[in-house]
Amino acid sequence: MLTYYFRLAILSIKRNPVLSSLMIAAIGLGIGASMTTITVNYAMSGNPIPHKSEQLFAVQVDSWDPNNPFREPNIAPDQLTYLDAMALMRNAPAKRQAAMTKVFAVVEPKGDEALPFDATGRATFTDFFAMFETPFLYGNSWGKDADNNNEMVTVLSKQTNERLFGGENSVGQTITIGGKVYNIVGVLDGYRPTPKYYDVTNGAFNDPEDYYIPFNLVAALQLNRAGNTNCWKPTAEDGFQGFLNSECVWIQFWAELPDKETQDNYLAFLNNYAEQQKQLGRFPRPLNNHIQNVMQWLELQEVVSDNARVIMWLSIMFLLVCLLNTIGLLLTKFSTKSAEIGLRRAVGASKKTLFAQHLLESTLIGIAGGLLGLLLAYGGLHGVKALYGSSVEHLAKLDTNMFFVALGLAISSALLAAIYPTWRACNIQPALQLKTQ
Amino acid sequence: MELKPILSALLRNKTGAILIAAQIALTMTIIVNSVFMIMERRGDMDRPSGTDEANIFVLSYTGFASDFNEQTQIVEDLDYIRSLPGVIDAIQSNSAPLIGGGWSMSLATEEGPDKNGTGTAIYFADDHAVNTFGLNLIQGRDFNPEDITWRNRTDTNWPGQAILTKALAENLFKEDWRNAVGKTVYISETQPINIIGIIETMQAPWNGWNGLERSMLVPQQTLFGGGRIIIRAEPGERDRLMTDIENGLMQNYKGRLVRNVRSMEEIREISYQSHKGTNTILLVLITALTIVTALGIVGLASFSVNRRKKQIGTRRALGATKFDILRYFLVENFLISSVGVVFGALFTVGLNMLLVSTLDLPSISWYYVPSGMILLWCIGLAAVYGPAKKACQISPATATRSV
Repeated sequence: MLTYYFRLAILSIKRNPVLSSLMIAAIGLGIGASMTTITVNYAMSGNPIPHKSEQLFAVQVDSWDPNNPFREPNIAPDQLTYLDAMALMRNAPAKRQAAMTKVFAVVEPKGDEALPFDATGRATFTDFFAMFETPFLYGNSWGKDADNNNEMVTVLSKQTNERLFGGENSVGQTITIGGKVYNIVGVLDGYRPTPKYYDVTNGAFNDPEDYYIPFNLVAALQLNRAGNTNCWKPTAEDGFQGFLNSECVWIQFWAELPDKETQDNYLAFLNNYAEQQKQLGRFPRPLNNHIQNVMQWLELQEVVSDNARVIMWLSIMFLLVCLLNTIGLLLTKFSTKSAEIGLRRAVGASKKTLFAQHLLESTLIGIAGGLLGLLLAYGGLHGVKALYGSSVEHLAKLDTNMFFVALGLAISSALLAAIYPTWRACNIQPALQLKTQ
Repeated sequence: MELKPILSALLRNKTGAILIAAQIALTMTIIVNSVFMIMERRGDMDRPSGTDEANIFVLSYTGFASDFNEQTQIVEDLDYIRSLPGVIDAIQSNSAPLIGGGWSMSLATEEGPDKNGTGTAIYFADDHAVNTFGLNLIQGRDFNPEDITWRNRTDTNWPGQAILTKALAENLFKEDWRNAVGKTVYISETQPINIIGIIETMQAPWNGWNGLERSMLVPQQTLFGGGRIIIRAEPGERDRLMTDIENGLMQNYKGRLVRNVRSMEEIREISYQSHKGTNTILLVLITALTIVTALGIVGLASFSVNRRKKQIGTRRALGATKFDILRYFLVENFLISSVGVVFGALFTVGLNMLLVSTLDLPSISWYYVPSGMILLWCIGLAAVYGPAKKACQISPATATRSV
């Protein structure tokens, strides 16, 4: 029976080629536009580390200006001062934790042929790698000793390793960064979280850094930092030490806290610490310390741009117009068939079978529209990449999830659009239709 | 006029009319708000940077070799560049308008902590800055060579004088900005700065900042290990000089990296890339939307013409002219569109209010709404014109035939 309906549906679609293709085009355009924008929004708001996102916490301590919050309404700074970050590293009770900041330097390849190039690095603690489960291609992270003893060690990104060593295992070799020689202890294997949740301050969709080094080298070697720095109070003394002791925030801080108890302990520690600092004349604001898990953090830092959201809603409204369009066209189409439906009813077909038959026809149109929409979304995403450049390269991708979402959206919208016209077509008076023949 | 029969015919077949009216309302909502957002963004993009954009280019350098002496290198590099034929002038600075990265500080008219400050972008530059950027000095004087000092990365002291943009002076002194030259403002809470000059316009490095027009020239050259060199070329010489100078600098000294050699035009392009991208997306969206809506109207109108073939034939046979038939369909569409655009106007304002609260967008100007209504009326009439024209061609003889 189904194959018979299927044949009927194809016949009916072919009988009104203009109307049918208009419907397919309308659904296709609507799906194409909304899937393009939904995909970008979906990637922007994705969970970069799903199995662990509720155990990883961005740490906020409010050391800011007594007169103005860091950000309205009373939101604590997104980064820490050096003083606070070091105090937390020493004493805060976390399973793992890491302060981190962005640095940059010129890398000098060995040999005279290759030209020096500028690179960005992440200065952090060894827990960074275990906490964020970065995959290693070769070697491993440095140990706690390296953190404490300012050892000149580095972990390279896969790209840097390819650029300098042609992708060979470079562990044990050296690299010159910013005029200093580092021992390579590990190479990451294409690590690229989207969004780059651990440093949304310096661009939530930026590329990860080219190399990683122990955090304490920033102070020991007075390294050039590349990241955002915010200050509310003038620095009291000249020199690098003056900067380190200042109220400027420039350090991202993350902690791994596996359960409620450790989380409560950690927050209590932060509040206790802030109270102590108040005794010393720092932390002039009321207590405003927080730990935010990954998804809370992305929400608080407004990682999905309002712009992307607005375009998505506009394109969903566009889809709605396309559906209204399809409803109108289907009404038209089915009304030309009232004579045929009347006859079928008169010779015994039930309303239910007729309803099912015509719904099948609409579904076919929905599938065709959905496929067209997928094609358009594919093209649309390429367009988005071309328009916005490399910063959205990893956002504008259709994965299998989105493929099925698109197809599902297309079919369900086609069905939704088809229900009313089909119902109306099947509800005609057979006698009336037969009379006019 | 035959309004009454048209209305009663419409009311007998409401669904089709409602669908078209709803489409028109939604289409208008999307189109008007999108066009408004596009125009807002265009307005942002059209703000002048205050510099001679067509002839300026910027390069970045980073020193890395152990024998890199930034101070002598800057002097050497600037001497070399300024001596080249085709170069009008050049400076070393920390940043440039629209380039994305820079330094900001807060200025106040009173000394001491807890004073209400005004944020400003900082450009460190020497006495060639006004000439290199092509700025318009409207009051006071330019820096003298002896005003210029060197600044280390972690210095916290500020020189005692600066040149401000008009927008910055207005923000600090309100209407009194014309008398700002000679006045003192405070940086870092307690350090006095004497305003020696006012420039008309110079944008900050960040296009998204609401203080974009607020910048300050500070008479210092930076020893931060790396920086930027801004070069202004004579008309037509820029592209040649971009390659020549990059190669020349690398040849002169290999211990610093020269990179990101970009014209101001390119910098503007990069800075507004997402503005442009969003505008293009909105434009594609509203074009597709217009087509879909118009085709929908064509489809439904053709259908209704087909269905009424016999009636049309009868009317023609009873003496209606071709024009009467044409008018019938146009008036019918106009009525439907009118309902659509009235709701469209309401939705448009509603969506705009939503955008104002979520996107910090300004309220829509009043004339957008009537323009949108007229546009949608026109789209509707244009779409229905084809099928209506066809309807006129129906011969009166059709009435005598059975379908």
